[in-house]
Amino acid sequence: MATSAIFILDLKGKVIIYRDYRGDVPISYADRFMEKVAELEDAGKASPIIQDEGVTYLYLQHSNLYLLAVTKSNVNAASTVYFLHKLVEVFTKYFEQLEEESVRDNFVTVYELLDEMMDFGYPQFTEANILQEFIKTEAQKMDVVERKAPMAVTNAVSWRSEGIKYKKNEVFLDVVESVNLLVNANGSVVRSEIMGALKMRTYLTGMPECKLGLNDRVLLESQGKSGKGKAVDLEDMKFHQCVRLARFESDRTISFVPPDGAFDLMTYRISSQVKPLIWIECTVNNSSRSRVEYLVKAKSQFKARSAASNVEISIPVASDATAPVVRASQGSAEYAPEREALVWKIKNFPGGKEFLLRAKFSLPSIEGDSSVEGGRKQPIQVNFEIPYFTVSGIQVRYLKVIEKSGYQALPWVRYITQSGEYEIRMN
Amino acid sequence: MSSKDAKRFFNSGAKKGEIHELKQELKTPDKSKKKDVVKKVIAAMTVGHDVAPLFPDVVNCMQTDDMELKKLVYLYLINYAKTQPDLTLMAVNTFVKDSLDPSPLIRALAVRTMGCIRVDKITEYLCDPLARCLKDSDPYVRKTSAVCVAKLYDISPELVEERGFLENLKDMISDANPMVVANSVAALSEIHSMSGKPVFDLNSQTIFKLLAALNECTEWGQVFILDSLVDYNPKDSKDAESVIERIIPRLQHANCAVVLSALKVILKFLRYVSDNDFKGPMMKKLAAPLITLLNTEPQVQYVALRNINIIIQRHKEVLSSNIKVFFCKYNDPIYVKMEKLEALIKLANEDNIDQLLLEFKEYSTEIDVDFVRKSVRAIGRCAVSIAESAQKCINVLLDLIETRVNYVVQEAVIVIKDIFRKYPNKYESIISTLCENLDTLDEPEAKASMVWIIGEYADRIDNADELLETFLETFPEETSPVQLQLLTATVKLFLKKPTEKPQQMIQLVLSNATQETDNPDLRDRAYIYWRLLSTDPEAAKDVILSEKPIIADDTSALEPEMLDELMNNIGTLASVYQKLPDTFVARVRPMVQSASSFNPEADVVENGAAGDVIAEQSAPVDVPDLLGGLDGLNVSAPAPAGDAPAPSGGAPDLMGDLLSLDVGGGAPAPAPAQAAPAQPAGGFDPFGLDSLSAPVSSMPVQQTELPVILAADKGKGLEIRGKLERSGGQIVYNLSFRNTTAGVLDGLMIQFNKNSFGLLPGGALQVPALQPGSSGAAKLPINVNVQGANPAPARSALQVAIKCSQLGVLYLSDTISLGAVLTEEGRLQYPNFQQMWQAAPPANSQTQVFQVAGASQDAVVAKLESGGLFCVGKQMNAAHFSGKLVLGALALVEVAMQPGSPAVQVTCKSQRVDLLPLLMEFVGKTML
Repeated sequence: MATSAIFILDLKGKVIIYRDYRGDVPISYADRFMEKVAELEDAGKASPIIQDEGVTYLYLQHSNLYLLAVTKSNVNAASTVYFLHKLVEVFTKYFEQLEEESVRDNFVTVYELLDEMMDFGYPQFTEANILQEFIKTEAQKMDVVERKAPMAVTNAVSWRSEGIKYKKNEVFLDVVESVNLLVNANGSVVRSEIMGALKMRTYLTGMPECKLGLNDRVLLESQGKSGKGKAVDLEDMKFHQCVRLARFESDRTISFVPPDGAFDLMTYRISSQVKPLIWIECTVNNSSRSRVEYLVKAKSQFKARSAASNVEISIPVASDATAPVVRASQGSAEYAPEREALVWKIKNFPGGKEFLLRAKFSLPSIEGDSSVEGGRKQPIQVNFEIPYFTVSGIQVRYLKVIEKSGYQALPWVRYITQSGEYEIRMN
Repeated sequence: MSSKDAKRFFNSGAKKGEIHELKQELKTPDKSKKKDVVKKVIAAMTVGHDVAPLFPDVVNCMQTDDMELKKLVYLYLINYAKTQPDLTLMAVNTFVKDSLDPSPLIRALAVRTMGCIRVDKITEYLCDPLARCLKDSDPYVRKTSAVCVAKLYDISPELVEERGFLENLKDMISDANPMVVANSVAALSEIHSMSGKPVFDLNSQTIFKLLAALNECTEWGQVFILDSLVDYNPKDSKDAESVIERIIPRLQHANCAVVLSALKVILKFLRYVSDNDFKGPMMKKLAAPLITLLNTEPQVQYVALRNINIIIQRHKEVLSSNIKVFFCKYNDPIYVKMEKLEALIKLANEDNIDQLLLEFKEYSTEIDVDFVRKSVRAIGRCAVSIAESAQKCINVLLDLIETRVNYVVQEAVIVIKDIFRKYPNKYESIISTLCENLDTLDEPEAKASMVWIIGEYADRIDNADELLETFLETFPEETSPVQLQLLTATVKLFLKKPTEKPQQMIQLVLSNATQETDNPDLRDRAYIYWRLLSTDPEAAKDVILSEKPIIADDTSALEPEMLDELMNNIGTLASVYQKLPDTFVARVRPMVQSASSFNPEADVVENGAAGDVIAEQSAPVDVPDLLGGLDGLNVSAPAPAGDAPAPSGGAPDLMGDLLSLDVGGGAPAPAPAQAAPAQPAGGFDPFGLDSLSAPVSSMPVQQTELPVILAADKGKGLEIRGKLERSGGQIVYNLSFRNTTAGVLDGLMIQFNKNSFGLLPGGALQVPALQPGSSGAAKLPINVNVQGANPAPARSALQVAIKCSQLGVLYLSDTISLGAVLTEEGRLQYPNFQQMWQAAPPANSQTQVFQVAGASQDAVVAKLESGGLFCVGKQMNAAHFSGKLVLGALALVEVAMQPGSPAVQVTCKSQRVDLLPLLMEFVGKTML
């Protein structure tokens, strides 16, 4: 039912941390794990959950570390894997960087945290900001603080402590939308979806009650307000545990007592097709055996009052291409052999514009080994950001903060759209 | 300790001298220095250095009000207590004292740590503090104590029961604090499943409390509660609906484990809902949360996808309009891509196939060879499962063959063979394209597939003989699947084009396959063909060119019972492995080892002997005798390798051995079992073969009777047939094993998963070592342990694990026929029967009408009596039966019929309602 032990290993498999919860998987299993991982990776069959002689290893890699949970029972795999990700989150909050160095430097804190976050292999508590109130690192312990019992740990509101005070009460809300797009070589859109996230930073006194209003179509229609302005179909919303889910289910009100500081309030997904924000057309001309020519057209398909920034278009190029001659009508383009790609960067790309790029390469006159052909066909990948803009049209209608002391809190809302997995396949 | 110090210890570790040094340093009175030293000790411990000699010195530091130092010492204790049980007692006082500390943090820490010290002596002292802390005023202490009960149960279940801690835990389900409730649920669930005792009673009252806590507790607590809810069986449809409504908001949670566990409970409870107006919209709500799981970290996606691939086997409709979300992204890790591909294949239908084929074709040009192969297979699997798409699939496959990428071509050939099997006489026009690529084929499976195609369509391929001939040149070097296909294909060629060249080829193949090989499968098949061809070529045609059974795509389909179980295990490792928990979770279970009551049946010995004979005689030295004897049949035998002496007295023995070997070994398809009894025609009987006919004809009977329960291709080459039967007041598992691998298989062992009838193997499996190609049989007596039976509802599934030294553990699923679990004591007195029959409430009764052609009461009575039911009374139009199951439950059956009408109305009653469907099915089957 539960995890037997948690390991933190370096990439060579050396144990840095070993917290045994059940006494049935000894430390020596770290070696077996490494052997098994190496074996599976060689065979190209690696997966994040592996089994060997009755022991299951669930793991992930983070910077130069493996975080590994072992068990001999039928654990809840989703819970265990997610717990490992939570470990990363908590340790990162504690040590800024989670890497071999920081774990070694803070190993006492790591053990303390593992003791509090899991008991007998059951995940217990993973709210970093509450843990920080009673488990501190060497550096944070500058002034000796009286250690109180962690009230919040067992409270219904387990993510916020009482008695928080701010002179100025502020809430920052970022609405971030990532666009995932997949276009086939023939130019047809295979998949397009928007992944949205509402990221919050709260600096609020006491135990504030917050209520968030969005232009959610279901909510507006139920209130008979569908006529006013644009409403958005939010397909699947996922909430931070502070949001009252039962309340949302009954009347779609997003109400919560927020944690202190930064957290992701909610995510949502919209899969209705949107016009690709930046459209790329690429023609490759293999006129002769030793020359290849690329003509790339990039077009911004959003309103002229917005502008995309930090646009980076990466166009795959044969690995044996040499002597590039590149000309771009905007921005700068460079051949990056290590990525086998031509990287075109445009700092500012206003809406409704079109830019061109021409590139010529030399190819070796001897054709490569034909057995490797049919190999990797990288897609064109595009990165960009469009500030003050959301593709979906989502809007924060209001964010109410009510606290018994009656202060006024200032909400600051920002919108931004960025590229997610934005891929255009090539012929 | 500075980080520099820590590094020094991580890198160099504690050497002998340093242990001494640390010992001295630990004696320092300076508190903060002491803490630094203990840190050094822990650092050394972490990297695996043995710092056990410091035990007394470290424990001495335990009495401190420095929280951090205390935690460090406790950590040390957890690691080394086992090695120093006596010294650990020194710590008891401090623990007990800490458990009374004013700070709840310290009280909890004491209880938590004590529970982790798995030393008997400590455990005794743990009980009093634990009893106190379970009732602590602080919820933090109570939630820690709840987990501690599970820890204690792991060390000493007796103590937990003695001290009544289970009762405490049950009371804590009503605790005001949600985290205490959640941890108590986790502890109770674990004890429940460890002990196999019903310690955790889920009734509507507890459910109410759990659902209340669900809204309040941490995300992890929600997972514990949801996972426990899946064991609750709702009373009725309304009950199920109300629980679902309480759980549905959890689908909006950011934690993927909460979402998956909620899905698990909802999907289970939906099966109890009868109101379709509730069900339909509810099912629709499940799609979005499932899809969102695909936008998480890759490891989480992997777990989600493995689960989705289970869920869509039952509820394809939930996701079939959302295939695009499973399209692979360029940067997806390979394990995610493979699972997405599997989901796409499962969701393929007539409407989306065009889109899918475009994707599959795209994937077939990727770099990862395994992924490419699976993509090509995907096209083949779609062609087989969606008839309308076959032509489109073929076109894509032809495009792929054009690429001439070696492994793509090979994979395409393999799936095209399946398409030919599924749709004979439709797509043969493409054979010529395939033939152009003969020389690229170098993998056994692709070669074997191509050879099969040539043989199957020998009459349509003009130069089939030439094509086969090129393969025959390397016959001795080929792998055995290719050799077997070559043999069959050549025979097909000869039967279809009985001209001179094929005749020469067949002689070459037969001589190669009989003399030059030590593969018994190949040799057996060659002999069978030889005999068929030489005695009755028409019969050979009937056998070898017979119509083949239709194939279907069930590459990854799960058995319905297995699927049921996995659906209840969504989110767990079982769902990731797609195996039942009992098959990979090591659990101490009493193994029945005594075999004294069991005498291996004679045929086991016989088969074993036959196996040995093969090993001894696998060299071709004895074969010339036989060949000499067969000389002069209408296929002229190839020249024997050695002299051809006159038939000697030893020859019939050899023949006998070979025949029993044929039968036991069972030539693989396409030569079905009918091949064996074919007798020499025309009275040509040089060795008095007639006298051997008895064993020949009796043994295949056994083989055809026992159904295959694990096909060779699923069992890594071990084919298992078997049936549960009742004989002589005992349940017996008749099993037969056939080894189709190239090596010897031995060390067979058997184990059953917990089942509805408490069946357990009643002895060790007595099967001799299986030589390649040989078979062995066993009669395994079955014991019944009613206490160990799965609770209701009863299912007929029997999950069996077979272990073999060479192949590891194989899993299979068999069905328990009610006939095997009906006892001999089932006869009731008629008055008793009538009394019970009338007393049975309507809920415990089920009626169904069967159509039995030409049914007569006498025939039905005879059939049911032979099936294990007892006829206790007959009336004009009705007969009454009683039976008693090994579980102790009675089965009452009434069979009513009108003379001359095929309609037979069967009414079954039993105190176990869940048995009724099984009983009804059994009666229906037995009557037919």
